Amino acid sequence: MDDDYLSGFTALLVQYDVLGAFWTNIQLTFFGALLALVVGTVLAVMRISPLPSLAWAGGAYVNIVRNTPLTVIMTFLVLGAWTQLGLSLSTNFTWNFFWFGVVGLGFYHASFVCEAIRAGVNTVPVGQAEAARAIGLPFLSAARLVILPQAFRGAIAPLGNTLIALLKNSTVAAAASVTWETSSVMKTMIEFQPNYIWEIFLTFAIGYVILVIPIGLLTTWMSNRLAVKR
Amino acid sequence: MSSSVLFDAPGPRGRRRQTVGNVVGVVVVLGVLAWMLVVLNTKGQFSADLWQPALDARAWQSYYVPGLVNTLRAAAFATVGAVVFGIVFGMGRLSHLRAVRWVSSVAVEFFRAVPVLMMMIFFNALFGFFFREVVAEPAFTAVVVALILYNGSVIAELVRSGVNNLPRGQGEAGLSIGLTRGQTLRSVQLPQALIAMLPAVVSQLVVVLKDSALGQLIAYGELLRSAQVLQSGSGNPLQTLFVAAVLFILLNALLSWVAHRLARRLSSRTSGRTDEGPGIGPSIAMRAGGGIPQT
Repeated sequence: MDDDYLSGFTALLVQYDVLGAFWTNIQLTFFGALLALVVGTVLAVMRISPLPSLAWAGGAYVNIVRNTPLTVIMTFLVLGAWTQLGLSLSTNFTWNFFWFGVVGLGFYHASFVCEAIRAGVNTVPVGQAEAARAIGLPFLSAARLVILPQAFRGAIAPLGNTLIALLKNSTVAAAASVTWETSSVMKTMIEFQPNYIWEIFLTFAIGYVILVIPIGLLTTWMSNRLAVKR
Repeated sequence: MSSSVLFDAPGPRGRRRQTVGNVVGVVVVLGVLAWMLVVLNTKGQFSADLWQPALDARAWQSYYVPGLVNTLRAAAFATVGAVVFGIVFGMGRLSHLRAVRWVSSVAVEFFRAVPVLMMMIFFNALFGFFFREVVAEPAFTAVVVALILYNGSVIAELVRSGVNNLPRGQGEAGLSIGLTRGQTLRSVQLPQALIAMLPAVVSQLVVVLKDSALGQLIAYGELLRSAQVLQSGSGNPLQTLFVAAVLFILLNALLSWVAHRLARRLSSRTSGRTDEGPGIGPSIAMRAGGGIPQT
């Protein structure tokens, strides 16, 4: 009987392609993180720039997006942007949802990336910026050559936290109709095999623990190693 | 004049350049906004036919207000539960008994690593399939339990770091007047740590409120769900979701403001640092290495 139980569970894992589901979340996280890093860096430069209009626009973006639930953004993309406005990101029906998920994740987490980089800028001592100005560097050069390289190193810990949050939040792509990612697959599996509910949940949960813990260890190690010693 | 690290108060030529850059910036920002409004307008998104059903009395009475009540109800239960969970497990992680410390650490790390949505789906199925008689509202209970487990773990970390960030003299003073370690923790360190972390807990409420919207995916009738049900009748998702988003943003902005005020007011009541915490603000910077995700 025990054998039946185990083999039934193993068959379930194969039938529903659990690894494929995790691969989808990893892809969502990868592209989402790339987008968030680019948009977030632009926002951070806007917020620390000496131009009040850009600083204000960056601040408004961060405060609005950070206070909006990601689920609302995802639902908005699919129901508002796709259904109602007819926007589409890919001619392929299913990949279209995937890219909407990436866009939602990227633009939401960009606000956290921006804050993480700004936080990193705050770790740079005033003397560094004063030295940059003293040798005649204008704002953009000072930012590019002196401030941002140190800021990024100081921002690794908060950026790592944002990456972990992004990985976990990639399950919210379910709200953008990405039905082949982990939380949706888990839901389907539980609905069809409720007697395996604990095993199914623990399988997915431990999968996330396995993904999250190395990212945490790696970013802590990197932030200690790369931190500018002062 | 500016306190920024990055640039001095500009001279005459710098001011001129800044003015020019500023005007260009204003034009670009307004241009992007105007372009979005024009696109929406050409698609007929400002017609009263779409906005009226999203804003009339029926929408508020039958959809937004009940949805908002459900959101706040779940958030309130989850907050109380998460604070209790956080204090219990935070103290557990500070215990001098290795077994207690170990169990608390595993629980906290586990619940911080598992996506909240996944816990919601699991508990919803668990309560719905197996505890139908015990749990009256499976979806509501699942939302609350999942939020308690995740946010409680974050608060447990806040408790731990709050106690660890107190000056060492506080704990030593407790021990030197003959209190046991447990007594020192409970009557000297924890009260100060709790005051110090209060602003961070209020910031965490923003996360609770945002994550309660995940209840939409397990058909819990919260604000986002209400907006979605409303639009399925009137065919105006853009408008109803806009209203729901504005409500969420206003609530969260209010909470962030309260957290900011609390951080300033309470700093005189404790020897610990009153940070606004991971939910908002650049304060994540100050605790570099503190592994608290903020979304």
